[in-house]
Order: sequence, then C-alpha cells, then structure tokens
Amino acid sequence: MAAEGSKKRVGIVLVSHSKEVAESVARMAAALAGVPDAPVAGAGGLPDGGLGTSEELITEAAHRMDEGAGVALLADLGSAVLTVKALLAEGDELPAAARLVDAPLVEGAVAAVVTAAGGGDLEAVAAAAEEAYSYRKL
Amino acid sequence: MSGKVTNGGAGGSGARDEGAQRLDAAFFARWMRTAADAVRREADRLTELDSAIGDADHGGNMRRGFDAVRAELDEDVPATPGAVLMTAGRKLVSTVGGASGPLYGTLLRRTGKALGDAEQVTGEELAGALRTGVEAVAQLGGAAAGDKTMLDALLPAVEALADSGGTDLGAARAAAERGAEETVPLQARKGRASYLGERSIGHRDPGATSAALLVAALAEAGQVPSGEADAAGGTGTEGGA
Repeated sequence: MAAEGSKKRVGIVLVSHSKEVAESVARMAAALAGVPDAPVAGAGGLPDGGLGTSEELITEAAHRMDEGAGVALLADLGSAVLTVKALLAEGDELPAAARLVDAPLVEGAVAAVVTAAGGGDLEAVAAAAEEAYSYRKL
Repeated sequence: MSGKVTNGGAGGSGARDEGAQRLDAAFFARWMRTAADAVRREADRLTELDSAIGDADHGGNMRRGFDAVRAELDEDVPATPGAVLMTAGRKLVSTVGGASGPLYGTLLRRTGKALGDAEQVTGEELAGALRTGVEAVAQLGGAAAGDKTMLDALLPAVEALADSGGTDLGAARAAAERGAEETVPLQARKGRASYLGERSIGHRDPGATSAALLVAALAEAGQVPSGEADAAGGTGTEGGA
C-alpha cells in the first residue's frame, strides 16, 4: 500500500449517500491524478448497499486509508456530513489525525488526491480541497 | 468508568432527599424501550410526514435504530443512567443511516456524558443534562429554534422540564408535542426539506414529531416509580401474566 520510498501519504475518504458515487469518485480522482494506488477510498451508502450513511463503513475506510499522515474526509451532504462530524466530536473511532474538509465532493476529491499523491501534508490537502469551491464554471 | 460513585457526597440537602425522585439505570432503559415501542407504532406516520418534505425514510430509519437499541438493552443494561444513554446513542449513530442517527445519537450521548457515572440522578440533573444534549444537537446541525427541525420540539421540552425543577415530565411532553405541532406553518431552513423553500410550509416536521415521541416516552417511563417497575405491580395494575 505504501508509496515508493517510505513517505507516508495523507489518506482520503469520500463519504456519500451512495456507494456507487463514493467509489466512482474515488476511482476517478485517482485516475485523474495519475496515481492508481492513491490512498483514496469511498465510504458510501449503507453496509447492505442501500442509500444512507454508515458510521461503520466510514470508520473502516478511514483506518484502511491511514498511512500515518492523517486522513481527510470529504462528504456530500446531510447525514454524510453530520455522521462524520458526530464521529469527530464524540470519540475515538476515527484515526487520531482525521479531519472533515469543507469541500465539494467531486472537485475537492480530485484536488485532494493530486495534492496527497504529491506528498502534501494534511493541511495542504485540506486547503487544496477547500479551494475547489472557488473554481467557477461560468 | 469502573468502580462506584457515591452520589451526593455533599451535605445539606439530605432532608429533601426523600421527596426527590431518583432516576436509575432501569428508568433510563425503560425510557429507551418505551421510545422503541413508540417509534415502532408511529413509524408509518413518520415516513408519511417525511415523504411530504423529505426522502420518506424517517420511520424506517428510526425503527431500525431504536430496535437495535432495544436489542442491545435486552442483552445487557449498563449500570448507570449515563452509560445507558451513551450506549443507546452510540447504537443510533451506527444503525440509523440517516441524519437522525448522528443527531439523536449526539443527543443521547451528550446527555449521558453530562450525567456522569452516578448510579442515580435527580430530575433536576436530568433536566440539566438534557439541555447539554440538546445544545450539542443544535451545534452539530447548525440549527436554531424555528428552523423546522427536531429542536422545535426539544428546546421547549427542555425549558418546561427546567422550569419545573426537573420534576414535571408531563409538562415537557406537552411542550414537545406543542412544539412539533407548531412546525406546521414554518418554512424549513435545515436539511433536505430546506430545498423545498416555501413548499415546506404547511407540513409537520418529521424530526420534531419523532423528537416529541422521545419526550413522550420519557414521561411514560416516569409514570412507573423507578425500582418498583420490575418488581410486583405496586402501582395498581392488575398482575395478569
């Protein structure tokens, strides 16, 4: 899992109501970043594949993506955001250096993965993802 | 977390103790079971309300969550009121699957945390802890009174309970029900319903409705004197098995 050399990368978890959205965006971000083994994972939907948000899937993905340099979580909306916030506020389920990033899911994921793959730290990854809000399309 | 905590080490209020209601873990477990019954009974109604202004999953989500809480308590009832609520809250976060999971989970976990590890608490302590829990919900969701959310039932309930010094659960229940009813003319400003703008007006908020159920369950749990509930039918009920 670890990158060439021993440099730890920031892990990225994409939390969506939909399993397909989360996993597809994760694949797309890794592909656009040109890093097939980028530490990005989707945590979408319920364990049975239905729509919703699962604390269990989020926690599992966060630990799986944690290489020791922190984990950035991006969420779509509503319960996805609230579940991550509740996990961060309440307890010890998530890795110690986990952080909810205020960013649009798709654009933010691409920016975050590119930055993480390039060796950026958690602060840089979060800043890149948040900056995605300013990419105007018109 | 382990070990006993003797409650009320401070002197001075001993003379009043016989009048003050003491709420133990069994009371809080009864609250959660009563809530699970109510959610089960009203699940269709919650979903129907949610289909008008939300995504029609509130009843099912709440039922899944509270059924899991009940199953957990059937296995084992934690020793303290705080631990009962924290266990229930954690279960809700992990099983509900919608926004009500983290919201109700936070409510119960923060309330439980505020109760500490006393083996029994007073109504007044419960009122204070509930206020802490409700404030945590407001902070998590970024909502305030009048936004057409569960807070519109919870905030008046906490006020009513505090006003009575933590003794009048019935007043809290009435205040929560009134608050839920009064969400009908409001325009939603939080959650999915807020996307509807003015079209959210005229519908009762499902979250406020389930919150009122939770408060009603608290009042019902309080109608059975704690400690006597599981013993004989000391409250005038016929003991037909």
